Amino acid sequence: MASAFSATAKFAQPLPLNTTSSARSQDKLSPPALFDPFRTSSSAATSPFLGSTRQLLCKSNRPLSHRRSSSSSAVVAISDVKQKKPKSSSNLLITKEEGLELYEDMVLGRSFEDMCAQMYYRGKMFGFVHLYNGQEAVSTGFIKLLTKDDSVVSTYRDHVHALSKGVPARAVMSELFGKTTGCCRGQGGSMHMFSKEHNVLGGFAFIGEGIPVATGAAFTSKYKREVLKEPNSDHVTLAFFGDGTCNNGQFFECLNMAALWKLPIVFVVENNLWAIGMSHLRATSDPQIYKKGPAFGMPGVHVDGMDVLKVREVAKEAIGRARRGEGPTLVECETYRFRGHSLADPDELRDPAEKAHYAARDPISQLKTYMFENKLVNESELKAIDKKIDELVEEAVEFADESPVPDRSQLLENVFADPKGFGIGPDGRYRCEDPKFTQGTAQV
Amino acid sequence: MDRDNRVCVMGEDVGHYGGSYKVTRGLADKFGDLRVLDTPIAENAFTGMGIGAAMTGLRPIVEGMNMGFLLLAFNQISNNCGMLHYTSGGQFTIPIVIRGPGGVGRQLGAEHSQRLESYFQSIPGIQMVACSTPYNAKGLMKAAIRSENPVILFEHVLLYNLKERIPDEEYICNLEEAEMVRPGEHITILTYSRMRYHVMQAAKTLVNKGYDPEVIDIRSLKPFDLHTIGNSVKKTHRVLIVEECMRTGGIGASLTAAINENFIDYLDAPIVCLSSQDVPTPYAGTLEEFTIVQPAQIVTAVEQLCQ
Repeated sequence: MASAFSATAKFAQPLPLNTTSSARSQDKLSPPALFDPFRTSSSAATSPFLGSTRQLLCKSNRPLSHRRSSSSSAVVAISDVKQKKPKSSSNLLITKEEGLELYEDMVLGRSFEDMCAQMYYRGKMFGFVHLYNGQEAVSTGFIKLLTKDDSVVSTYRDHVHALSKGVPARAVMSELFGKTTGCCRGQGGSMHMFSKEHNVLGGFAFIGEGIPVATGAAFTSKYKREVLKEPNSDHVTLAFFGDGTCNNGQFFECLNMAALWKLPIVFVVENNLWAIGMSHLRATSDPQIYKKGPAFGMPGVHVDGMDVLKVREVAKEAIGRARRGEGPTLVECETYRFRGHSLADPDELRDPAEKAHYAARDPISQLKTYMFENKLVNESELKAIDKKIDELVEEAVEFADESPVPDRSQLLENVFADPKGFGIGPDGRYRCEDPKFTQGTAQV
Repeated sequence: MDRDNRVCVMGEDVGHYGGSYKVTRGLADKFGDLRVLDTPIAENAFTGMGIGAAMTGLRPIVEGMNMGFLLLAFNQISNNCGMLHYTSGGQFTIPIVIRGPGGVGRQLGAEHSQRLESYFQSIPGIQMVACSTPYNAKGLMKAAIRSENPVILFEHVLLYNLKERIPDEEYICNLEEAEMVRPGEHITILTYSRMRYHVMQAAKTLVNKGYDPEVIDIRSLKPFDLHTIGNSVKKTHRVLIVEECMRTGGIGASLTAAINENFIDYLDAPIVCLSSQDVPTPYAGTLEEFTIVQPAQIVTAVEQLCQ
């Protein structure tokens, strides 16, 4: 949406008054900010978390394994895992294979989104396209731990979630081009990526809309285990959504229900600090989203969403918890989108310093650095992956280009699972029996 | 629920309480708390949860304690329930039934006397049916549960006390068909839900006055059964629609348009639609009576149409 803000609204507005950290204001025009996202505070109790990789302090620094012991435990936070370089390879967080898998997935996400931007400006795709550049660590960190039967529910920023879950790049690209070979036959578009085969349950345009659907999928998993007595049913559902959604009623309603019934779901907040042009700080009374978990009786975790390894560690714990039937977890991933909200967003409001700060923490570069420093891979292996992904994305574009556009006959299909739902026409036959129905020209 | 263990119920007070109108009484004891799920008061979220469950293989029945509460679930009903099958390119079906008591009761006040048929009718991808007798309530409910489409089943608060003998063996009513209540020759009266009873009461008076009305309970509010309706129009050439919906943008308005579009050549007079006043239902009993259509008005309208 076009920004219509005055100059004084450029920077993060003062936080609520209970913040005790003091900081220099970066903006001369606005009143001294009580909170400056780029200064880490020395005050222990209310350390600002935005832009900071410092340890958050709560009641105590309990190690990971003890964290889930009681639901009345205070907010928990993840400390900076593995800040130091490990001495031996047994301390490494990932094996070489895993590292390559994570790298490939993130590069796929990045290249795909870059290609989307190109294609959009060339007039191959239309409407609202929301790109995921910069947030790859969250998608890769979580989704690569899932099995094929686990479900993922996303928002309109769903291309990379679908790709990470296994939907072929060519299917996603075709969908974006609006062709029949797309994963939703061209009927969904950028904001509605679905795949029954890979259990991607969408793709929703309104924020928060997918969270109840994810809760329902988790409910089915529990139902199958307890009512249908399928002992191996332990499918986990991940619900991805953003910081703006965390002020929405559906979010809170679902946190309540999921915790109440101990549903196997993980609520993943991709806090990229901005909801189009609305800064998270201006919209939220208490911007620390992870705190909202314990209010409902589930653990709330904050993690650095620009670091795929840290996300993966937290994800392992959260997904494991859900799979064991211990209930939901709220994970807040602090991340950043390098591009605007959508390709139509001029992105004027965000401070270049903020963007630079996060660009320096690009998840792909960070993983690369980690893998080189720990001698997991060499340059040529990564270059080979880069090349492979480039070719894959090119091929996806070619495939999408060459695919046919939907024909009129597709218009009336899929409106109803049972097309008798179109009713009985004046001649006594069902509308769907009219031969023109399959041509898409019947009166319905 | 016996036949298919994927069928489950979700709603407020459906379990231990047995439902606000006792529709689900005894089910929680028999099937357990997960299959007859007492939800917190979060319509949007639990309707969405029902949709998510339907997408992943269950067949949920979501109850709105009062139909009006489903306004809070409009987002999920419109965007997800109706549209997901299409936007997913046919990959996910949503065999959900959304039901609940609606309509004008006895001085329940404006917010508890709502008729949502008119609000939901434009949503593509859903079917709407209204039951009116114990027989068709059971039949339509079974059909709705077995349907692969999302179906909204409108019940009426004042019709829960009706008693009727119904067959022991299993039967279903067709979701898309209308019901011929009383065949006749002079005029077609189309109605649904509680107004059926007002119409039948008026019909008694009309018969005494020498008229022969044909009464059809349309049952299927979306889509309309244009075959049954059309055959009737072709026979009688006069149409009166009696509904409890509001006048503006109601089911009657759509039905009038549909009949005019398809059967204008068979009409001898303009279609008359008697609907509720475009007024929030007042609490006072006298005023409430004036907002909905009463049998006397139906009699007058028929007399005028048949001149």
